[in-house]
Amino acid sequence: MKNTEFSCDYFELFGLPISYEIDLVLLEKRYQELQFKFHPDRHMRSTPQEQHLAVQYVSLINQAYIELKSTLFRARYLLSLQEKSYLNDSYTLHDSKFLMEQIELRDELAEICQLTDPCVARGELNHRVEKRYEEIKNIFKNHFSQGNFELAAETLAKMQFLDKFLTELKQLDEELENLN
Amino acid sequence: MVLLQISEPGKSPSPHLHRRAAGIDLGTTNSLVASIRSGTPEVLLDSDSQHLLPSVVYFGSISEVLVGQKAYLKSSVDPLNTLSSVKRFMGRGIKDIKKLGSQLPYDFLIPADGGMPKFKTSAGEISPVEASAEILKVLLSRAEESLGGILDGIVLTVPAYFDETQRQATKAAATLAGVKVLRLLNEPTAAAIAYGLDQDREGIIAVYDFGGGTFDVSILRLSSGVFQVLSTGGDSSLGGDDIDRAVAKWICERACLNDNLNPSLQRELLVAARQAKEVLTSSKYAEINVAGWIGSLEIEVFESLVAPLIEKTLVCCKRAVRDSGIKLTDITDIVMVGGSTKSQIVHKKVAETFNKKPLADIDPDRVVAIGAAIQADVLVGNKPEDDMLLLDVIPLSLGIETMGGLMEKIIYRNTTIPISKSQEFTTFKDGQTAMSIHVLQGERELISNCRSLARFELKKIPPLTAGSAKILVTFQVDADGLLSVSAKEMTSGIESFIEVKPSFGLKDQDIARMLQESYGNAKEDMLIRALREHQVDAGRLYEDLLVALKKDGRELLNNDEYNCLNLALVDLKDVCNDEDCRKISQQIEITSRASEEFASRRMNVSIKKALAGYNIDDLENEV
Repeated sequence: MKNTEFSCDYFELFGLPISYEIDLVLLEKRYQELQFKFHPDRHMRSTPQEQHLAVQYVSLINQAYIELKSTLFRARYLLSLQEKSYLNDSYTLHDSKFLMEQIELRDELAEICQLTDPCVARGELNHRVEKRYEEIKNIFKNHFSQGNFELAAETLAKMQFLDKFLTELKQLDEELENLN
Repeated sequence: MVLLQISEPGKSPSPHLHRRAAGIDLGTTNSLVASIRSGTPEVLLDSDSQHLLPSVVYFGSISEVLVGQKAYLKSSVDPLNTLSSVKRFMGRGIKDIKKLGSQLPYDFLIPADGGMPKFKTSAGEISPVEASAEILKVLLSRAEESLGGILDGIVLTVPAYFDETQRQATKAAATLAGVKVLRLLNEPTAAAIAYGLDQDREGIIAVYDFGGGTFDVSILRLSSGVFQVLSTGGDSSLGGDDIDRAVAKWICERACLNDNLNPSLQRELLVAARQAKEVLTSSKYAEINVAGWIGSLEIEVFESLVAPLIEKTLVCCKRAVRDSGIKLTDITDIVMVGGSTKSQIVHKKVAETFNKKPLADIDPDRVVAIGAAIQADVLVGNKPEDDMLLLDVIPLSLGIETMGGLMEKIIYRNTTIPISKSQEFTTFKDGQTAMSIHVLQGERELISNCRSLARFELKKIPPLTAGSAKILVTFQVDADGLLSVSAKEMTSGIESFIEVKPSFGLKDQDIARMLQESYGNAKEDMLIRALREHQVDAGRLYEDLLVALKKDGRELLNNDEYNCLNLALVDLKDVCNDEDCRKISQQIEITSRASEEFASRRMNVSIKKALAGYNIDDLENEV
């Protein structure tokens, strides 16, 4: 099978312009249209090779949908499309003010974990970090749209920091529930 | 083999030909089969007008195998030969089974290779897969009688929270029963279909499915015919059985019975506990008379016994809501599924948690089978114009073992399937030429807390310095939620591929042997079945190819190719109703070969069309 036929970027797949700001309603609509056409359930009477092809193609559609829908993955994906490589797993942040802020957030989280009823404090912290993530996300958007990819990459690293923090908060929720 | 069907919604690709399909709910306590008859989904009844088949199999001797009510009656008389709740053993090892309770009324045979334990019965050693196949066979023959012939395929439901090994074992049971599985469908998703299509619902649905042995919760979004599962959670060993056991334990304490009971008494206690539970769905207390003890169970006491179990389900619900990314207040409907939701306390607690009154308009026992029947009808091709599509997710993360006994996730739980994901790994020693890949499933970090699915070796890696070989591991999960894994060394191109057949599952040769044994006495049936299947396949290929040729033949094929394919088509038509199985299959083979290139060109054209469908002009108009 000629899988190479599928090679196009995720934006092209959904017929969207390459940009950090995307129309999520349209993404959803295109996603459903593509699923209706290619989902393996729609090809139950095809040959095994063709069914296999449908599975591969829909896997790609699903992956593309995940990458474009998430504000974090979309940012990373956009940078990966640039000719020059801006992504580096071991990216070192030099913004000491931001790093200080992260340390303070972690301290705060550690204190919350010590509380007998951490729910309210945890909720407040979550809200604050989510707001901060939104701010940083908008900074990424500006850098990227102005073609400042170096700065965009640094901002992405900050987004990753905050995202990881939010994930840990979620895990804390789960642990709390399991204890009760 | 048929050409890829690429048809516009509303346009049937071939003349209407009704195919026989059914949905089967293989439950822990009871099983059902449903089908679409005259356009309406219906649960099929047995000759005594019963819709529930108790999931109990009695193995008295090789010639005496009873299923259902007749088997259930044997459970206290001959407990070791009467297998019930086998679903709880599907795809499980002895370690998991020990967790189910200290006392199980069976004689187990534990295989040395750590596979699924078997039950020692008078009819020999029986695996949970074989026992399940017996239940399936009874339901299949009920459906065949009712629909007037051999089935073209079934949709078989599984708890959404079933892992890879449990799914594989369930599929193996169907293979053993000799039926084609169109799709393994998650039970809560099936229930959502039954509700969604029945009432044209739109919005966010939470399905709370508390069955005999499993608990599932799924959050789905319904919009214009798409059932998109946003998240799922649950516990594949938590169900009504546990309620029975809690009640039985309470009776034991009251009756001053010690822990070491014989299997008959264990069964009697469980039966009494279950009866009391059923009485309490509509009464304030239940009289109990068992093992010489007479007493009464008040509803308040019962509710305090089950409260911790319900609490467990509510924790799963909260996690599923969080995973779905929606707010609790966004949920428009809560659907109740499964026998255990008949207890009032369950309704009350669920209503409190979701702050909404749960729906149970469709019988919670039947709703899963009905949804499965609807999906089976679509998949078998009876509704080509249908605008229904399911997008389901995997319930548990998949990954591989990395340094230090840790699990690295490659595909996260609640990812929409089918999905394929690759990750690059490298060698950690200079000159390392082989790499062992250990595939795992679960959410925890330590591999000892995850389920081991498979191990395989990638050999002949070129000896390079540590960290310079690049090994790409690809996970592919298909639409049934089943996994295959491949690994490729990128510099040399050495490849290794494995269909994950978990060690707790049955090996292919075991299935082949069991199949042969079961067909030994039914050879004639098999031949007739095979002939009919071939005739149907040939007819189908003919129809579809004819339509495809008319539509795209002139455009995509040159004259020679076109004539050649047409000729093959004429020959195929001639043998469609032949009585010689071999002749039909030969002609199918020839025609399929001749049409391969045509099929491939059509697929490519279709994909290109889909990609070119959106240009920037459209975009501006739509925005």
